[in-house]
Amino acid sequence: MKNALAVSNVSHSFGERMALNGVSFDIGAGDFTVLLGLNGAGKTTLFALVTGLYHSGDGAIAVYGADLRKHYLKALARIGAVFQQSTLDLDLTVEQNMFYHAALHGIARSVAAPRITAELERVGLADRRKDRARNLSGGQRRRVELARALIHEPSLLLLDEPTVGLDIESRQFLLDHVRKLCAERGMAVLWATHLIDEADNNSKVVVLHKGKVLASGTATDVVLSSGEATLRGAFDKLVGSAPGGKGKP
Amino acid sequence: MRAAQYLRAFLGILHREALRWFNQRSRFISALVRPLVWLGIFAAGFRFTLGLSIIEPYDTYIPYEVYIAPGLVAMIQLFNGMQSSLSMVYDREMGSMKTLMISPFPRWFLLLSKLMAGVAVSIVQVYMFLLVVFLGDVLNFWEVEVPVLGYLEMLPSMILAGLMLGALGLVLSSFVKQLENFAGVMNFVIFPMFFASSALNPLWRVKESSLWLYRIYSVNPFTHAVELIRFSMYGKLNGESAAVVAGFFVVFMALAVWGYDPGRGMIAKRGGPPE
Repeated sequence: MKNALAVSNVSHSFGERMALNGVSFDIGAGDFTVLLGLNGAGKTTLFALVTGLYHSGDGAIAVYGADLRKHYLKALARIGAVFQQSTLDLDLTVEQNMFYHAALHGIARSVAAPRITAELERVGLADRRKDRARNLSGGQRRRVELARALIHEPSLLLLDEPTVGLDIESRQFLLDHVRKLCAERGMAVLWATHLIDEADNNSKVVVLHKGKVLASGTATDVVLSSGEATLRGAFDKLVGSAPGGKGKP
Repeated sequence: MRAAQYLRAFLGILHREALRWFNQRSRFISALVRPLVWLGIFAAGFRFTLGLSIIEPYDTYIPYEVYIAPGLVAMIQLFNGMQSSLSMVYDREMGSMKTLMISPFPRWFLLLSKLMAGVAVSIVQVYMFLLVVFLGDVLNFWEVEVPVLGYLEMLPSMILAGLMLGALGLVLSSFVKQLENFAGVMNFVIFPMFFASSALNPLWRVKESSLWLYRIYSVNPFTHAVELIRFSMYGKLNGESAAVVAGFFVVFMALAVWGYDPGRGMIAKRGGPPE
């Protein structure tokens, strides 16, 4: 079976600054994978490359076997994304934002309408559909973005620091909701974060630091191979021993 | 993707552009008031100081208001093109452009759709302006009479001019990194383009005063947009201007597609995202 996402030896630089250096990892269908890294690790650059916002300098990225350079549109059609920075149009209502997204995936309004209703109900915001996005709280905007990313029924969901700035309740809701999606729909998820406790023992983990992958595998494997007792300990050890870098998430 | 899906995507982009336009009332009002100020105050003041000979496409002597009306139509489209460009930079800063850019349609199609949506908005604005001009003529505020058929005949010219000016806006939006840099671009693009064109001064008069200035006016694509619209208002085709405007549209559009190309353009080249 093809991997949901295959990142092979990807490097990318902005001028002199090397943002990613030989990054490789795979995500299987139905996997919940946590991309763990401090600020500046290269997570957002990796998301930009996987979503085709720009192409990588070297290496290859494939989504369910579709190479991002050769079959760019086919790959994009299977991806749902929630970016670190909100991408809602704040002047439009929740519903207008969602119909806009549906249109951008070529989905007819008659098909999109029940999906929008269902997704908004799942995130508990069906009663806010006529409100302008500007009038929602940070947590509510995130929920809308997640609901919106699911309208075209993607098979790979990418979330870049989705819980940043959210209160504990919103954060837990989002995490539980995405894990449930993963289990119920067999959707592959790449969840980028600097918060270690967002990865549980069953998660797959990719530790990214200064543009390089330091470790990948199940959280349990990463902990065992580090010789530490916890994922936090393993992360600190990996990052601490990496050239030029230390720090706590 | 099938043709129906392309159509849905285009209609979605058009719908959003229309919603934004309705939501931004100040933009709508200023788009209407700006040319009316030029027509009602500037042109009225110059009416008796400028003499005009009979020039194509006019069949008779005309007051200055009649002369600048096509230029003001083009001005609405110029401002609208730059406004769309500004909104692209704003969308990029606010992040909402990513929604567009990760859509599974070719970039050229997304940009062209955005451009066409902007042109549609600009044409609605022009017809609103022309309605006020018509009412002003009836009420004797000014004497600007457009032939009835001219309202229809100018439509293709406005589409072409709008595409060219909108494509220029797209190019600028791909090169401008931040919103605050945009004011400078506006000053270096809108004002020189508008003032160094035949919108306010006929070319023959400019030629009389300075040959160099005349050359600058002649190569300014905005001059050709104005002339294209002016001729079409009176049921005539200015072939040279149509060719120049179409040519610039192709060049600007190619540059915009390059600028937004994920592999080569400005989006990929300048700086990385914040981590």
